[in-house]
Amino acid sequence: MDTLRMHNGDSVAFSTIPVMDYHCFSSLIVEKLSSGTASVRHCVNYFGYPLDEELRLVIAIADDAMHDIEVFSCRVPECAAIQSVAVQVPALSRFEREISENHNITFEGHPWMKPLRTTPDDYPFYSIDDEELHEVGVGPIHAGVIEPGHFRFICSGEKVLNLEIMLGYQHRGIERLFLKKKRLIERSVLAESIAGDTAVSHSVAFASLYESLCGFKASEAALWARTLASELERIAIHTGDLSAICGDVAYQLGSAVYGRLRTPIINFMQQWCGNRLGKSCIRPFYTPYPFTAEIAQILLTTLTVYERDFVEMGKKISHFPSVLSRLEHTGIVTLDQVSEIGAVGMTARASGLERDIRSSHPYLLYGNIDHRPILKHHGDVYSRTQIRKEEVLQSVGYIRDMLENVPDFGIETAITRGVAGAAADKADTSANAAAAVGANSAAVNLGHAVAPGMFAISLAEGWRGEICHCAITDSQGEIALYKIKDPSFHNWTALELAVRGNEISDFPICNKSFNLSYCGHDL
Amino acid sequence: MIDTFKILFHQGKQYIPDVTKAKVPGIFRGRPVISNEKVDLQALVGICPTGAISEGATTVAGSVGSNCAKSSLPAQTASEGLSIDLGKCLFCGECERCFPRKIHFTQDYKIATNNRNNLIVREGEDTPIHFDDTLRRPEISRLFRHSLKLRQVSAAGDNSCEWELGATGNVNFDMGRFGIEFVASPRHADGIVITGPISKNMSRALQICYDAVPAPKIIVLAGTDAISGGIFSCSVAENDHICADMLNNDVCSGSRELDRSFLETHTVDLFLPGNPAHPLTIINGLLELTRF
Repeated sequence: MDTLRMHNGDSVAFSTIPVMDYHCFSSLIVEKLSSGTASVRHCVNYFGYPLDEELRLVIAIADDAMHDIEVFSCRVPECAAIQSVAVQVPALSRFEREISENHNITFEGHPWMKPLRTTPDDYPFYSIDDEELHEVGVGPIHAGVIEPGHFRFICSGEKVLNLEIMLGYQHRGIERLFLKKKRLIERSVLAESIAGDTAVSHSVAFASLYESLCGFKASEAALWARTLASELERIAIHTGDLSAICGDVAYQLGSAVYGRLRTPIINFMQQWCGNRLGKSCIRPFYTPYPFTAEIAQILLTTLTVYERDFVEMGKKISHFPSVLSRLEHTGIVTLDQVSEIGAVGMTARASGLERDIRSSHPYLLYGNIDHRPILKHHGDVYSRTQIRKEEVLQSVGYIRDMLENVPDFGIETAITRGVAGAAADKADTSANAAAAVGANSAAVNLGHAVAPGMFAISLAEGWRGEICHCAITDSQGEIALYKIKDPSFHNWTALELAVRGNEISDFPICNKSFNLSYCGHDL
Repeated sequence: MIDTFKILFHQGKQYIPDVTKAKVPGIFRGRPVISNEKVDLQALVGICPTGAISEGATTVAGSVGSNCAKSSLPAQTASEGLSIDLGKCLFCGECERCFPRKIHFTQDYKIATNNRNNLIVREGEDTPIHFDDTLRRPEISRLFRHSLKLRQVSAAGDNSCEWELGATGNVNFDMGRFGIEFVASPRHADGIVITGPISKNMSRALQICYDAVPAPKIIVLAGTDAISGGIFSCSVAENDHICADMLNNDVCSGSRELDRSFLETHTVDLFLPGNPAHPLTIINGLLELTRF
């Protein structure tokens, strides 16, 4: 059976996606994703779309070797009972739970059909009936200033036998809001709110998707700005995480130094776009805050000072026995495990699995950069620490190269205004006003209409890993379905596996080494 | 050992000596100023993603308590002209970008207040956001002026306000020097800091946590999402009654996954606007609340 092959950031007519019956569909999934090929192909999204009193199940499988994404679908009746494939392909377990919860589909033979984003009071956690074991419940409110989720440990003495994670406390119904809020600015703001610590990368995914639906090609300058912002976000959050990792092993010097090293990077984001997390830095169709030669100079100076202190601290940590003894051989996830659960991004790379959208499905300017993903092979907390240190330096290098050719944003601004139909001879304010009205009308986004009957997909490599946004438009050109997948959706399972056999006192450091998103998962 | 000293030496002095007077770098979007310039008001009002900009003599919709716009605070008649409600503003800067002569966001980060109504910035006004002395509780400054321990509750926050609350404790901002810290247990806390628009799934945990804090205690709302629901709340046009029906049928423009009833039954002591609230907004707000 043929599948539809598309590239990252493409949009195609929804009707061209092959439709098959569920039996063919599920056998094809198993064939594509069975364990032998797991390192080449992985599922980037799998969701249901109610259409004509039926449910269309659509799956998108990224093929890293061919650099494209295979899409195919099937029809199932509403509230159908179908055979689960989660036993053969464990990576799909969470997707099936989501489809089941959202569309009332029964997956027969699913190994553990538990709620995904609802939090019933009487939920029966996994338990083992044994006098020598005890359970530890943590959350939803945690000890630190972090988001909510419930962790249930089964321990033998200090040793963790099993961890079950219950999420859903952060559920805000954000996918549904993408349909309700029809103005471009509302949707842009929503994209920034999916996960505040990944505001830039989610905005990049949203902008690529939206522009693709409108048949708009972003300017080189806009792509340049988005690439730069994505790498700055990676530097900032990785640095902050290194601080938190040091904090969790009570290494105060590392915690303080990395903590303060993050400040100049996020303050630079503020100097550029007025927000430390890069919110409002990226919008579809235009660059609200053009990059100037002046701020390029500020960034270069910032990075020079930053890099010196960052490298010095990194060297200290990798030779400091009391830190190393806490990080090494702690929270191991093996290559087999990350392949099986379909882990993505930094988590996968720390265990030796090469998953990086920047190299496998290049977007923005990553095609020109010749990005080589950094791989580690031990899968422990130390690997995830090292990968952060090396990725930060890699990103600093990319930014240095990019700053040698700062593009001219003047042209781009002029084009955006021209499209909005603003008369160039009018006063500054009224030209902007016209642009504003254009940007906010439902059907017209800066002069661009969303094409009807389309399916669009965009992938972006956030600092955690692969972000996937999908959209389907109806016959009127309204968005009929918006699907968001944060890398945490795959990677929470890795944390559950990592803590097995570890002391419960090592849980915070394991957790911090992944630093997964609750709101990105719960949506 | 010697390399540790080297690292220490290379850091120099990182702390902000005076957090009440520090300047923020770049184009920070703090308290806005609205000029008297004549512009297309309808277009301007229409830009805002959360309906924070309103026109004419309007009453101030509190929208603290309910998911939908609901006036749970005494209505206050605004002066003629345009106003921006910082409790709803996401500081996205879109209005300033399109109408640079009409709206300008200043670098004033001291935008915290104890009165929801004081978050409304009106046309032609360029005065700092102030505290309402009539709402001050004497026991707060008496008991908490030298030591304030807070329990943070993230209720569907997007991890940006949580991030900035965390940053208040780093070596740059060092809120700990004022005796203000985040603690692990509500039993150790003098109040709670809520972030996020408050999801249904977190509403019960929030109530349990608040109940566990010994009295007297304070409630702080950090970030626009917490104060009004931000982008997740219903639009201004939809009033309460319509919304109740609309939520059931899912035609209301807001998220039906929120439950903001906690705020209907409790009095908020401090509002910290921002998306996210800047650490300097947070620290100055808490200092003003406790050290008056």
